[in-house]
Amino acid sequence: MAHKTIDTRGRSCPEPVVMTKQALTKITDGQITVLINEEVAKENVTRFVESSGCEVEVKKNEEEYKLLITKG
Amino acid sequence: MTDKRTIIFTGAIIGILAAYLIHLGNPGNMGICVACFIRDIAGGMGLHRAEVVQNIRPEIIGFIFGALIISLLNKEFKSRGGSSPFVRFIIGMFVMIGALVFLGCPLRMVLRLSGGDLTAIAGFLGFASGIIIGTQFIKKGFSLGKAHDQNPINGYILPVIAIILLSLRILNPEFIFLSESGPGSAFAPIIIALIAGLIVGVLSQKSRICMVGGIRDIYLIKDPHLFNGFIAIFVFGLIFNFAFGNFNLGFEGQIAAHNDFIWNFLGMLLAGFGSVLLGGCPLRQTILAGEGNTDSAVTFLGLLVGGAISHNFGLAGAPSGVGTNAKVAVIIGIIMVTLIGSLNIYFNSIKYSQKGEISHGA
Repeated sequence: MAHKTIDTRGRSCPEPVVMTKQALTKITDGQITVLINEEVAKENVTRFVESSGCEVEVKKNEEEYKLLITKG
Repeated sequence: MTDKRTIIFTGAIIGILAAYLIHLGNPGNMGICVACFIRDIAGGMGLHRAEVVQNIRPEIIGFIFGALIISLLNKEFKSRGGSSPFVRFIIGMFVMIGALVFLGCPLRMVLRLSGGDLTAIAGFLGFASGIIIGTQFIKKGFSLGKAHDQNPINGYILPVIAIILLSLRILNPEFIFLSESGPGSAFAPIIIALIAGLIVGVLSQKSRICMVGGIRDIYLIKDPHLFNGFIAIFVFGLIFNFAFGNFNLGFEGQIAAHNDFIWNFLGMLLAGFGSVLLGGCPLRQTILAGEGNTDSAVTFLGLLVGGAISHNFGLAGAPSGVGTNAKVAVIIGIIMVTLIGSLNIYFNSIKYSQKGEISHGA
């Protein structure tokens, strides 16, 4: 199964959410990884992903976040 | 406090403080207005010479400092920038021009509604339309590009300028302007205005409140989170405007407002359209500038210059109505922002088809 990694680092609001949403609509099930380096973007993407019924695991590495999102 | 409670609390405090500041002397039907107050600062610095709107407003300085202090405490202060700063400057200028035709930023639009000013309904409809148009551009690939970490000094410069401006407001040397009549002469005591600004700055940084984000997220991802702040400002503004006897329902005789539906609509359409491309309303931009975002600091300067241009060229609306210059400026603004947005998407599509933006593999 293809596993996509989306790099939203440095992107301003609402681009990280839009990029995540577009990637999720392209898969019916599976996982994607989203790289984020903004607290606000991490909050927005997490809220969006949870409200869309997906599972999200947040890993923090210094000032960056890696969100592992599972759909289906 | 949960995210939802934080944003509702922030909206409530903004609504209450705006009503209280009117009670203490700030312009009626306003209380707090980011666009009007930045325009007043431009006037206070002599960047325009409209004598009735000159005042270095402590509230704006409070917003910047409140955001700076809380972001340093919660370790979110980060100097970063380089995401199309010049485009942000120009769009910021047009956002200001549009907002001043309506006579208020998105925040004042909500506060005007909470004071019973029904002329702001046209502004709200235009604002929402502008956001929907701008969101289409984002869906189609509009992006101002990545910001990068910068030397921390970059993020501290605007707060230092804000301190200098506050000193000038307090010392009031002869080269600084302060209106003797009109909205610029209506102000609450400096210390209270500053404290109110600090409180709003801290809460807005914590809650990420954004007038543009509220409507954008409902439309884009069906997320009402930020809109809760919008509603809270309206509800608490309404209650406290009633309590202070400043509620005046109707279309006519509203303070610092006009009842020209089309130009209230188009002015705020331009403000909403531009703000959504910038990623946030003028309040949000000011808060981000306080927490080290130099792209937002450049946007703030665009808003400041936009305020100066509006009054130097007679582009701002007035209680008597909207002049020809203002109408031409709004049309030019909508065309310019549309062109910037469209060409941005075009050039992004060429770049991304060559480089690819999404990498495959774990």
